[in-house]
Amino acid sequence: MSIWISLIVEFFKTGLFALGGGLATIPFLYAMIDNYGWFDETMLMNMIAISESTPGAMGVNMATYVGYHATGGSILGGIVTTLSLVAPSIIVICIIAQFLKKFKDSPYVQHVFYGLRPAVAAMIASAGIGIIIQVLFNGTLSLSTFVPLNFVLFLIILAISLVFKKLHPIALISLCALLGIILGL
Amino acid sequence: MKTYIELFWTFTKIGAFTFGGGYAMLPLLQKEIVDTKHWATEEELMDYFAVGQCTPGIIAVNTATFVGYYKKGILGGIVATLGIVFPSIVIILLIASILQNFADLAIVQHALAGIRIAVCVLILNAVVKLAKTGIKDKEGLLIFIAALVLTYFAVVSTVWIVVLAGAAGLLIQTIRMKKGDKS
Repeated sequence: MSIWISLIVEFFKTGLFALGGGLATIPFLYAMIDNYGWFDETMLMNMIAISESTPGAMGVNMATYVGYHATGGSILGGIVTTLSLVAPSIIVICIIAQFLKKFKDSPYVQHVFYGLRPAVAAMIASAGIGIIIQVLFNGTLSLSTFVPLNFVLFLIILAISLVFKKLHPIALISLCALLGIILGL
Repeated sequence: MKTYIELFWTFTKIGAFTFGGGYAMLPLLQKEIVDTKHWATEEELMDYFAVGQCTPGIIAVNTATFVGYYKKGILGGIVATLGIVFPSIVIILLIASILQNFADLAIVQHALAGIRIAVCVLILNAVVKLAKTGIKDKEGLLIFIAALVLTYFAVVSTVWIVVLAGAAGLLIQTIRMKKGDKS
């Protein structure tokens, strides 16, 4: 199967099954690392950071980035993945728009979401564990690969984010970029 | 034709001036869609937003499709959606191509290494927030743990986790309702 068809299928699938917005696309992107090798964990983290610090919905930004990167820097790649991601939205919303009130008040929809919300949190947590192991242990969980400096910085940034809850992600990302340059990470 | 251009342009502006999507987009949506264009009332917009959260896809995109659809039918939905993603495509492609050329520079490498730490913290905080609002009781916690194990060890694909978790929620809550009716 050509990479173009795989990209269209994968992003259509992501758009159809990623419930709850941008962050929910992360587990799907994470799965693409193993299944296709279009990018690696380091690249995914760069994409997340850039998508959070640039205008536009985060999930859309990541789709554009992956499409561009996976096709070896093709602008068309970025456009194709983005359109594939939003195509299910257009189809589903245009159908639901016919009976919006019924859908909103349906107990079945509420029931399904009772099960979905914890699962979405778990899926993002799973991707998060992989990313944290990558940063704090260089990818393999063992004592010899532990990076103490990154761990200390991680705790400091975590503390800052918990104390200043209103702090915008862009502020955290900029601060970390600066720290990275100063400390020569 | 004029309405289509207006739809596209309005959502392009919204896409270009919000960072992060989701809730970050709400204030600008309110200002443009409710106050300036009168395409929806405050209450309607909140409905679109709420339903946009429990339908597949990106919330901001879903909201755009809703507004466009009610204004001008299916084509309106498509135009509004294209409007909201247009700035992303332009900005990200620009940054990605620049970054590709400068990625080997030491200073860029150091900055990106630092940024990765921020990403860890951002994801951790997001998970805690989602778990707090999403896990309501013991059964919810069980679904969380099961989904975490299944995803982390890649037992089944992410699509199946979504389907199974939705089915589990439907089953658990329906049984609960039935029990509630009897007692």
